[in-house]
Amino acid sequence: MQPIIELKNIHKRFGEHEVLKGLDIAIRPGMVSVIIGGSGGGKSVLLKHVIGLLKPDEGQVFVEGQDTVPLPERELTEIRKKFGLLFQGAALFDSMTVEENVAFPLVEHTGLNASEIGRIVAQKLASVGLSGHGAKLPSELSGGMRKRVGLARAVALDPKIVLFDEPTSGLDPVMGANINDLILRTRDEFGATCVVISHDIRATFAIADEIFMLYDGRIIASGTPEEIKNSADPVVQQFIQGKAEGPIRIS
Amino acid sequence: MVTEIGRIAALFSEACVWLVRPPWRMRQFFKQMEFVGVRSLFVVCLTALFTGMVLALQTYYAFRLFSAESLVGATVALSMTRELGPVITALMVTGRAGSAIAAEIGTMRVTEQVDALTVMAINPVQYLVSPRLLAGFLMLPLLTVVSDLVGILGGYLIGVKALGINSGIFMNKIYELLTLDDIYEGLYKAAVFGVILTLVGCYKGFYTYGGAEGVGRATTEAVVLSSVLILASDYVMTALMM
Repeated sequence: MQPIIELKNIHKRFGEHEVLKGLDIAIRPGMVSVIIGGSGGGKSVLLKHVIGLLKPDEGQVFVEGQDTVPLPERELTEIRKKFGLLFQGAALFDSMTVEENVAFPLVEHTGLNASEIGRIVAQKLASVGLSGHGAKLPSELSGGMRKRVGLARAVALDPKIVLFDEPTSGLDPVMGANINDLILRTRDEFGATCVVISHDIRATFAIADEIFMLYDGRIIASGTPEEIKNSADPVVQQFIQGKAEGPIRIS
Repeated sequence: MVTEIGRIAALFSEACVWLVRPPWRMRQFFKQMEFVGVRSLFVVCLTALFTGMVLALQTYYAFRLFSAESLVGATVALSMTRELGPVITALMVTGRAGSAIAAEIGTMRVTEQVDALTVMAINPVQYLVSPRLLAGFLMLPLLTVVSDLVGILGGYLIGVKALGINSGIFMNKIYELLTLDDIYEGLYKAAVFGVILTLVGCYKGFYTYGGAEGVGRATTEAVVLSSVLILASDYVMTALMM
């Protein structure tokens, strides 16, 4: 199967610190791919390369076969319309109500009239279980609700690819399971490709079709949850078992 | 320092390009005009009033020494229109709106709302900076007109009502000595100040880092840098227009 997103030999450094050291990854369409790895290990940086918020020092980023690295900002804008991104902190516009947040991409990028937009917004809010909260401001919502609004906004345009940055961090287990459900439904109902960044091992094994382990600036292991569980790599084993002793250096 | 100037210049030129390129964001633009302009009106009037009053008081005591009290009105009018009207307006709007712009955009930056705009295929400069820049450029001259008027009124109140200068002489000297060019000069300056204070606010907000502390730092720096640039550019423009 042709990968929908492919990163080849990505190098990225911030000052003295080299975060990505020749990273290769290929994401297949219509699947939930989870990228796991330690905090500060470059997972968010990787995600920002996928969507063109950061440019690599070296390497190529292919989205549906097109190399996005040399593209000017204007053409990147077109590429970005294929994506939805759920930010770690939801990144809702706090000057707008919940409804206005979800409607924002629709207002900006579609020629739909107000009643059609209202209908889509209501439907997206219902799908994340937030019907009736549309008139609230983000500051009036709990963390879990904000994330769900963020998800409704991310999928408002029915994007082909939805990226999730730590979707369950900071949530209680039930809310986390709720979000995981939503990720699976995003795949099943919209046929979207989901890329999830996580260090939540339990959630990862619950939702992943394919898992990638990011360590020391590279993908060191990839495969189905079964394959990762049975991996012989000591780094992978230490990470998924959450042990303090092992080859992973704490910097 | 050099990178900072470069970044400000880049932000300014990008914002200007977006002003002539669709989509135009009329709603954002009117919102910013209201925020920068209308809601600064009260504080601008208040400061202009007291400035005009103190100006009349000071010049009266100085001019009385060589019996030139009749010139108090014209002095107040010239000082207000050429210099104090635009400068005081700009400094007050910097404190009110420039700081708020830096804080708002800075908060949006540290909570990833700016990135969210980019990800949703909206250019954040076009969405956030251009409307504010245009609002500053247009509203500062308008505020300055009001400020000039209120300042002269303050001078009149003190000069004529409190210090007993003849009202006819006070006004007559203003008509005689104040020209339209004096007023225009102040308005040109005001437009430049409007661009400076919104641009610096946007710039500091845009490059905010480091959470709540970073937002506080950005806000302070925006006010300080704007104020310095306003006063420095004021001197340069005055010298050039002489």
